[in-house]
Amino acid sequence: MNMTEMPTTAQNVKNMPQNTKISARDVQVYYGENHAIKDVNVEIEDRTVTAFIGPSGCGKSTFLRCLNRMNDTIDVCRVEGTIALDGEDIYDKKVDPVQLRAKVGMVFQKPNPFPKSIYDNIAYGPRIHGLAKNKAELDEIVEKSLRRGAIWDEVKDRLQAPGTGLSGGQQQRLCIARAVATEPEVLLMDEPCSALDPIATDQVEDLIDELRNQYSVVIVTHSMQQAARVSQKTAFFHLGNLVEYGETDQIFTNPKDPRTESYISGRIG
Amino acid sequence: MPVLWIVLIILALAVVGYIMGRQRALASAGGDSRKLHSLPSYYGSSVAIFTVVFSLLVLVCWLIIQPIVINNSVASTIPDTAIPEASSLGLVMSDVRRVANGLDLAVAGGAIPANEVSEISTEDTDLRGLLASVGVALGSDVSEPVLDAAQSYRNLSKTGNILMTVVVLAIAVGGFIFAFLRSHKDFRARNVVETSIRYLLILAASIAILTTIGIVLSLIFNTIDFFTLYPASDFFFGTTWSPSFGGGSQLGIIPLLWGTMYISIIALAVAVPIGLFAAVYLSEYASPKMRSFAKPLIEVLAGIPTIVYGLFALLTVGPLLLQVFGPNGTGWMGAASSVMTAGLVMGIMLIPFVSSLSDDIINAVPQAMRDGALGLGATKSETVKQVVLPAALPGIVGAILLAASRAIGETMIVVLGAGAAARLSLNPFEAMTTVTAKIVSQLTGDADFSSPEALVAFSLGMTLFVITLALNVLALYIVRKYREQYE
Ligand SMILES: Nc1ncnc2c1ncn2[C@@H]1O[C@H](COP(=O)(O)OP(=O)(O)OP(=O)(O)O)[C@@H](O)[C@H]1O
Ligand SMILES: [Mg+2]
Repeated sequence: MNMTEMPTTAQNVKNMPQNTKISARDVQVYYGENHAIKDVNVEIEDRTVTAFIGPSGCGKSTFLRCLNRMNDTIDVCRVEGTIALDGEDIYDKKVDPVQLRAKVGMVFQKPNPFPKSIYDNIAYGPRIHGLAKNKAELDEIVEKSLRRGAIWDEVKDRLQAPGTGLSGGQQQRLCIARAVATEPEVLLMDEPCSALDPIATDQVEDLIDELRNQYSVVIVTHSMQQAARVSQKTAFFHLGNLVEYGETDQIFTNPKDPRTESYISGRIG
Repeated sequence: MPVLWIVLIILALAVVGYIMGRQRALASAGGDSRKLHSLPSYYGSSVAIFTVVFSLLVLVCWLIIQPIVINNSVASTIPDTAIPEASSLGLVMSDVRRVANGLDLAVAGGAIPANEVSEISTEDTDLRGLLASVGVALGSDVSEPVLDAAQSYRNLSKTGNILMTVVVLAIAVGGFIFAFLRSHKDFRARNVVETSIRYLLILAASIAILTTIGIVLSLIFNTIDFFTLYPASDFFFGTTWSPSFGGGSQLGIIPLLWGTMYISIIALAVAVPIGLFAAVYLSEYASPKMRSFAKPLIEVLAGIPTIVYGLFALLTVGPLLLQVFGPNGTGWMGAASSVMTAGLVMGIMLIPFVSSLSDDIINAVPQAMRDGALGLGATKSETVKQVVLPAALPGIVGAILLAASRAIGETMIVVLGAGAAARLSLNPFEAMTTVTAKIVSQLTGDADFSSPEALVAFSLGMTLFVITLALNVLALYIVRKYREQYE
């Protein structure tokens, strides 16, 4: 793989405000006895796409789920350390995880549409957060979100059909549209393109690029090209450790850690 | 030879067959099991199967058919003159069978020497006294034709039994030899075992189905009998239930159906919300520790016999309600037995049905579904209400309809809690009764099974059956409809 030829948007990064959106300090995650995340320190920037890469089982999803406290739903899971969103500790007693998750949206690794109509799937978030004043506004949000999820053309004639009746890739885009509909400040995407064809992948990447104008996006991906294409920052995880974190350009062209180097050139995985 | 012995011999033969078949197959492959088509145990099993299955099948059929055949052939030899007035051939035949049975017992007990039993006559022996001494009581003295018939009955049975033993054992041995000779290394014993397992499963399924058909048929025939004695329109549309065995009964089902429905609705109104909420708590909110402790505790409710619930209704709930709503309270209630009493207690009984099944169904909703809603910033109760419960709805509806059929079929709580008066009334504090409770009261005591007052029980049962069937069909329909929508 020739890294230098890869298209990147990293040049733009330098012109952007470098304020921190999420900052994680000494994060440890345990699943019972299993120490899944070890001493992770990372600053995720606002209006930036951050890519998490690393071999399967290294803890990318686990760390991602810490950022909106989805790990709370797993009984055996224990999180230590501090994670701050806009300077506020999200694991503080005062913080309501429900409110947090409205701000930090998530697209899951496996598509999980609700057993409801396509329309209701998208309208779910706006409805529970009262984002639309009337039906017309809700219709508008639904259409806009489906367009951003690159699936509008395929489903516009069957909005009342069940979301579970879509193909795997369509379901994945539906879930992206669903997450976008609630207008989160941070969007966590766990392998959002794993079931998509190149065209849909391209559209989703365009969406991610667009979202970057307003939000901070964290994306887990197994595709080096994708990480290089869409992200400005890249974090490489290995066996629960954050091995290297930095500018995407630098990680792909000039990695500091030998483990990073061998991973991106395909020697470990 | 007694049947038990025949069965034991066949089983012993099967065990021997298993071992020998296995060894023969192994020997044919020179002791190397890799050269066999199937594992050695399959060859053994196939010999055992051939030994057991056909012989036992013939045995069972023989045991069913032989008495019928003998009965018919003996019955045809009984002259019409031997049938007393006000009696029937059927009654005489049952006497014949008792005498034959009594003679067998007498011989076995040593009261008559075995070689003299065929020369016994009604003149010089007190047969009735003799048979009474071995425990067979007869209604009248034994007449000559009956004794003759009994003797030929015994002879036929004896021959039949010998024939049966020979035939069945021959089939067992035949099957044994046939399968044993086939136990060669190229024989596909595994497929034979596979096929017989399939038939075994089919047999199990068809026994359940045939039983249902049998029950329905017996209900239908008795219902038809009833409708020849009592007009169907009066039964279905009559609003009075007052059976009297002296004649002139009014057997309208409506008050009973009304009572059944009323009590079931109250019971479901109690059980469904409580059961469902309990299920949601257990599956969504409770910690694993709490759940493992509370769930069995709730299920204990399902293990309490309904008669105990009945006592609870009669002794606790009824008097309690009477204090509040009785003459000293609001005055709506006359006695402790009422629709409300039975409905409340029945509702408590149904809670575990609803909660346990719903809990399993809610648990089966994938965690990804909950994650999706929580990840969008939904609260726990929003997630449950808008995502988990809709996804689990078909199953929950099924659980509720199951509870409904339980409620409709419940008897003991009604008998003790709701009273026995068939009444059409809107007041839930009045005593009423249900279809099942009336089936019991129509059939207990000295019911004459040819009177409409007793036969009505079958048409009541048939009506209940049709209602429960309709409920189940409805449940299936609902489940299928939602499944189409959701999956
Ligand atoms: N619910 C859970 N309970 C227990 N252990 C878990 C759970 N989820 C993940 N783990 C463990 O945590 C470790 C990290 O898993 P994680 O799902 O974060 O990997 P990942 O990097 O996302 O892998 P992939 O690329 O395959 O998705 C693994 O060892 C896994 O076994
Ligand atoms: Mg993952």
